[in-house]
Amino acid sequence: MRIIWIIAKRELKSFFDSLTAYIMLIIFLGLSGFFTWLYGSDVFLVGQASLQSFFGVAYWTLFFFTPAITMRTIAEEKRTGTIELILTKPITDWQLIVGKYLACLMLIGIALLSTLPFYFTVANIGPVDHGAVVCGYIGLLLMSSAYISIGIFSSCVTNNQIVSFLMSLLIGMFFLIIFQALSSNFTGIIGSVLNYLSIADHYQSMSRGVIDSRDIIYFVSITMFALMMAESYLIRRNLSEK
Amino acid sequence: MDITVEGLTKYYGVQKAVDNISFTVKTGEILGFLGPNGAGKTTTMKILTCYIAASAGVVTVGSHNVADDQEIIKKSIGYLPENNPLYTEMPVMEYLAYVGELQGVSSAMMRERIGEMIRTCGLNEEKHKKIEELSKGYRQRVGLAQAMIHDPEILILDEPTSGLDPNQIVQIRELIKSLGKKKTVILSTHILPEVEATCDRILIINKGSIVADGTAETLRKQAQGQELLTIKIEGGTGDEVITAIQAIDTVEMVDPISKDNLTLTVQSKAEASSVKAIFDLCVSKKWYLLQLTPLETRLEDIFRDLTLN
Repeated sequence: MRIIWIIAKRELKSFFDSLTAYIMLIIFLGLSGFFTWLYGSDVFLVGQASLQSFFGVAYWTLFFFTPAITMRTIAEEKRTGTIELILTKPITDWQLIVGKYLACLMLIGIALLSTLPFYFTVANIGPVDHGAVVCGYIGLLLMSSAYISIGIFSSCVTNNQIVSFLMSLLIGMFFLIIFQALSSNFTGIIGSVLNYLSIADHYQSMSRGVIDSRDIIYFVSITMFALMMAESYLIRRNLSEK
Repeated sequence: MDITVEGLTKYYGVQKAVDNISFTVKTGEILGFLGPNGAGKTTTMKILTCYIAASAGVVTVGSHNVADDQEIIKKSIGYLPENNPLYTEMPVMEYLAYVGELQGVSSAMMRERIGEMIRTCGLNEEKHKKIEELSKGYRQRVGLAQAMIHDPEILILDEPTSGLDPNQIVQIRELIKSLGKKKTVILSTHILPEVEATCDRILIINKGSIVADGTAETLRKQAQGQELLTIKIEGGTGDEVITAIQAIDTVEMVDPISKDNLTLTVQSKAEASSVKAIFDLCVSKKWYLLQLTPLETRLEDIFRDLTLN
């Protein structure tokens, strides 16, 4: 755990050193602010003191920004060869991956924290369902955690950041849209499995303020599965077939 | 800590990178790894440092097996990988602190260790710069500093002096030599004089197998076998000199180099030396001996002999 924390700390710091973090925060806040307050079905159009419109926007912005954060995590280390340096220190592949995952999650956490002024503003305009807001934030964090681990997996597969970015978008696309679209064409068990796999269903109920253990298990298991896949991709270097 | 390698084999797909090699390195020994590109030096080092697993064979470091006790082994090894990869966006001090933390250097010892590494590697003026701003030689020193930050018992260095200027090379060699007295050091290099200058033992690998193992001297003897001398004599005629030298018991062959037959290459019989006999001959005949130089087979030639064909 100590090792994971050392790695996460350095990664988070390198986000801020390389401007990635600032650009990501500005664009994330800009876009979500714009669509929450100024454009489309914004807070004023809805006419309710709720953060529904923000949660609707963040659902999409995080989908695009998470891969941008995760794309360099492992891919860059593979490209420059530092992966060899780090893995010959007394740490395991799993600790490296979890450390990187934690750093990305903390960055998203900081991004979400910086949207708290939205909440205070809305709370000043009218009565807010505080529970729903807390649930919404937890939902966003859980969803990001799933995207991050998918992104880290894609980053392990290649040493090219662009490929890694596109690949995590593609995988994310399945969970975001394609499973849901397919599920409406199937009935019975296949339909409900596909529906369960789609993020939309789980996220929407959380952003409305319902925390269901099934939703939490859903996001946590995607995270664990993707991180384990990422680890197995790193360990693959040890295999040598005859 | 001793390193023992037994029957180590590594396949990359169908290609055999390392083919059944065995060797032992003892504490206080500096082992030089020589070999042409793609011979399997780096692969062997990657296996020793637990970065990749061997396809077959047993590697033991101290009393631990590389396959089982990776964490303990990694802690006792300082490794400088090929091409010296570094987190270039980090400042030198911060980077050393990060590696130290990963290696489990306690926070009480950290300042002292970093200070010592900066002194021994001559990084004092550059310590606050980002690594990407440093020249190649300084990066190499940072690479060495990070390998030694936790004072490991074993040092594995893949081309430690590449990119350094001649003064630094001498410094680093001296550093490695002094470290090698207490620690186990394995280094790989392409620079042959470097191996002679620093290593107690040389291991030449070619196409994944060991082709030579021994000190520079034993390798020379193996390659050469017989004593070779270049001599230059004044005071006699060419034919007279050649016949006289050929008559010495220990001389096997005389080969004139110059036209007047007064500069010669003399090959002695196996395990015999003709130096004294030649001197005595010159004294008795009142010739002047202007030159008497033993010809050493250069390490380069041994290397070429063993790795070509």
